[in-house]
Amino acid sequence: MLKVWKMKKQQASDEKTKPRNSAAKIRIQKDISELDLPSSISITFPNEEDLLKFEVVIKPDEGYYKNGSFHFRFSISENYPHDPPKVQCTQTIYHPNIDLEGKVCLNILREDWKPVLNLNSVLIGLQFLFLEPNPDDPLNKEAASELRSNLQSFKRKVTRSMGGEYMDNVYYTKVTV
Amino acid sequence: MNSFYTQPSAFEPDFVPDANLSDRVAETKVLVIGAGGLGCEILKNLVLSGFEQIHVIDMDTIDVTNLNRQSLFRDADVGKPKAQVAAEFVNTRVSKNVITAHYNRIQDKDEEFYRQFEIVVCGLDSLDARRWVSAMFVNMVDESDPSSLKPIIDGGTEGFKGQVRVILPTLNACHECASSMHSKKVTYPICTIANTPRLPEHCIEWASVVQWPKVHEGLKLDADNIEHMQWVYSTALKRADEHGISGITLSLAQGVVKNIIPAIASTNAIISASCVNEALKIVTGCHPYLNNYMLYVGDSSVYSHTFELEKKEDCLVCGNAKVTIEVSKTITLEELIEEIKINNSLQLKKPSLRTDKNLYMQAPPFLEVKSRPNLKKQLYELFESNSTLTVTDPSLMTSVSLTVTFTD
Repeated sequence: MLKVWKMKKQQASDEKTKPRNSAAKIRIQKDISELDLPSSISITFPNEEDLLKFEVVIKPDEGYYKNGSFHFRFSISENYPHDPPKVQCTQTIYHPNIDLEGKVCLNILREDWKPVLNLNSVLIGLQFLFLEPNPDDPLNKEAASELRSNLQSFKRKVTRSMGGEYMDNVYYTKVTV
Repeated sequence: MNSFYTQPSAFEPDFVPDANLSDRVAETKVLVIGAGGLGCEILKNLVLSGFEQIHVIDMDTIDVTNLNRQSLFRDADVGKPKAQVAAEFVNTRVSKNVITAHYNRIQDKDEEFYRQFEIVVCGLDSLDARRWVSAMFVNMVDESDPSSLKPIIDGGTEGFKGQVRVILPTLNACHECASSMHSKKVTYPICTIANTPRLPEHCIEWASVVQWPKVHEGLKLDADNIEHMQWVYSTALKRADEHGISGITLSLAQGVVKNIIPAIASTNAIISASCVNEALKIVTGCHPYLNNYMLYVGDSSVYSHTFELEKKEDCLVCGNAKVTIEVSKTITLEELIEEIKINNSLQLKKPSLRTDKNLYMQAPPFLEVKSRPNLKKQLYELFESNSTLTVTDPSLMTSVSLTVTFTD
């Protein structure tokens, strides 16, 4: 084994001078060019030549968050696909799995990420959070316990927050169009 | 085995004798792909050689016709998963848990699963599976981490003939590099089959390829379905009689339709034994290992030969999958895309092309719309001669780097 690894090390250092498109860039090009998304998810690029940074808008067509327009910033590290995409919600929203700073709790963005997953699966997973918020895996504990204990009140709070107003001293971003 | 680990090697001057090597072997996590004729032998030999961390993956269940040579299976096991029965048999025999079974298709496992192993031994029966395994392990190699390279030892047999290959993904020839040496599946010209049959095979092909779809519209011929095969057999027999051809049997019909390759226990034993010896030598370094192809021919007396399959510079799978294409600088990007779609060594469906800028992206709509005007541009407006384009496509496992050279 040592001999094989030594040979590989030698080869890798010999070829270092060759400029090579990074594996992350190649892989994200593949992921992006093969996206197959429902009309409720759109993706835009602030700088279209840089595929490692982009914005995603999710407009759920059913569920508690219907009629909202939710914005996320994605950044792909050079270690992709070994590391998952970094995702941040750029609005302040009321959601059991997204905290007020925009951090997102989605299993496939952390513990269940695997390199075989791709951008399409992440986007579909993210949309799923709006269709089926998961109170068992909360980032916004208050919202999660509300969802679990008092569904009517949870629904009202979601609707109010989406309209853009103060609730319990937090100003929520207006997300309805 | 210890005497080989504690003595210098006459053929491997760099080898440092080390009494701890047997522990190293026991700790090495090895994956065996296939638990059939070769797999049973490979598992047995690995365990008898001191490997104790073995995983085996196979999607098949045991058929009664396997029992003559797949020595880890008994009558009562017919219908059970090969991987599980093989693992249980060996674990019971050595009273130790040395084999873990996976009753899966290889494609069901992801990179993370395959990454846990140090070395892979394959006993497969199809080119598709070999191609998949080879591409997966080439793809897993991380240039900055030598241990991400997992040697593959690939055994194969066909009657009295066999072969062993050592693939060091990205270092030497991968499966795809040498794919041109594989003979094509035997097919007969359709005109011969339809008009002038001379062989029993022609009649069987006529029954299965020409007549079956006509008579059983919409029903796919299943070579494992005895009624289907009976129909093919009797239809072929009738045609053979009409043309004065003899030699049609049901088993020949099955052989032609399924493309069955007869397997012999002893050839499997020879090839498997050789695979396991190579695994031992690669792991311990105690002697030089096979570089990189061994041929065993037992049907013309006995002949054996080893040679080195060469890594193909423009292999689409390993290392730097590079293709160079020469075109006029005045053709449009759209024409270039048409060109690479019909290019035989590429065979792409929906290619997306980038330099460090987007040339054309098939999706998402945002990028497609923005890059669409490029389709009508001439190439020289987009990039210089000898530019390297990264091409991705749903039909490619990774990507191809395409160098475009202008002829004018």
